[in-house]
Amino acid sequence: MNIQIRKYYYGDIPEDNAGGSESKESKVSPATGGGGNWPLWEVFIRSKQGLDHKHVGSLHAADAAMAIENARDVYTRRQEGVSIWVVESKFITASNPEEAGELYEPAADKIYRHPTFYELPDEVGHM
Amino acid sequence: MPVQDFEKIFQDKIDAEIKIEPRDWMPEAYRKTNIRQISQHAHSEVVGMLPEGNWISRAPSLKRKAILIAKVQDEAGHGLYLYSSAETLGSSRDEMIADLLSGKAKYSSIFNYPSLTWADMGAIGWLVDGAAILNQVMLCRTSYGPYARAMVRICKEESFHQRQGFESLLVLSKGSEEQKAMCQDAINRWWWPSLMMFGPKDSESTNSDQSMKWKIKRKTNDELRQQFVDMIAVQVKVLGMTLPDDKLKWNEARKHYDFGDINWDEFWNVVKGNGPCNKQRLAARNKAHDEGAWVREAAMVYASKKANREKQEAA
Repeated sequence: MNIQIRKYYYGDIPEDNAGGSESKESKVSPATGGGGNWPLWEVFIRSKQGLDHKHVGSLHAADAAMAIENARDVYTRRQEGVSIWVVESKFITASNPEEAGELYEPAADKIYRHPTFYELPDEVGHM
Repeated sequence: MPVQDFEKIFQDKIDAEIKIEPRDWMPEAYRKTNIRQISQHAHSEVVGMLPEGNWISRAPSLKRKAILIAKVQDEAGHGLYLYSSAETLGSSRDEMIADLLSGKAKYSSIFNYPSLTWADMGAIGWLVDGAAILNQVMLCRTSYGPYARAMVRICKEESFHQRQGFESLLVLSKGSEEQKAMCQDAINRWWWPSLMMFGPKDSESTNSDQSMKWKIKRKTNDELRQQFVDMIAVQVKVLGMTLPDDKLKWNEARKHYDFGDINWDEFWNVVKGNGPCNKQRLAARNKAHDEGAWVREAAMVYASKKANREKQEAA
């Protein structure tokens, strides 16, 4: 597929119009990069007692303690959380969306797992 | 499955308003457009801290100073949300930062204008953030899931930015003659660059509407710009100030405000690097990055030493 996006939309300046005031070579070495050599962490926040931790985003940090502090600064500036979990992104295993069919199919034909499958007389009341 | 089928499944999802998530199949051009747009957006947040950072140490009161610091800190946070969402598309943080620092990547050209007086802090909040919000509200419904979620978070915080800006101008507009003049001057200088933020006229944009078809964007530049003009033309009356456009007039037939011609030469000049502050902004980013290098390295060394120590203690 060879579609070139040429239309200039707000917030998206196409490459060929981008010019470049100083097109010097990139001087960012891997060792002093933009934080990329700090590992990536996924952040989960409990918004209040009694609720689950929920994934809110990710950030780079040198270690777990720094990840917690950065998460505090980035994701809870307005009291959005009372508890933070961080886990290095590389430790997360995700299911493959292309296998979603096979993975979830077995649940599709088991409607008897749902309470509405059973018809009961009205006299029973709420059950 | 042939590529064609993947593309059809992809487009069907978009048409059915199903969000695209990082591990889903997507056309390369969709990935690239999103990476470019999201990273430019992130860079804009980061560079956007500079014109305002300029006034933190000179804010007229402790209250205004605290507000300005909070706003600038928010911009840093917004940059981070956006970098994170671009990273889910396979772009590394290092690459994005390197492209910003080398001048290869772009950011919103509005931040290449100088912030000359305190009133500019109000005008930036009201006009620049006001224009950005219209774009960002639209992007809350963009088709790429992580981008949309970042935008929802950003929009929640952004409304404080615009309101504090307007309120700050409102105070000036009720002040001394000098303060009133300063308020009007800031509006005069920021008005046209704010209109330019929406990009060229729809009629001048060449071919492909692919971003619309993929629902990365949902409104055209002109639609957003008109929405902005209609909003600001009303609000400026509350300030008792005027917008520097003698063609600005309510059009009863269109139910919109008409407005004058934008100087597109100026716009392209600034985009191409010849605005008042392009060099200064990049130099400031490069300096901060270079001077922070030892901190990034030290943190990494400390973390690995600590990990080693813990391993030894456990052994």
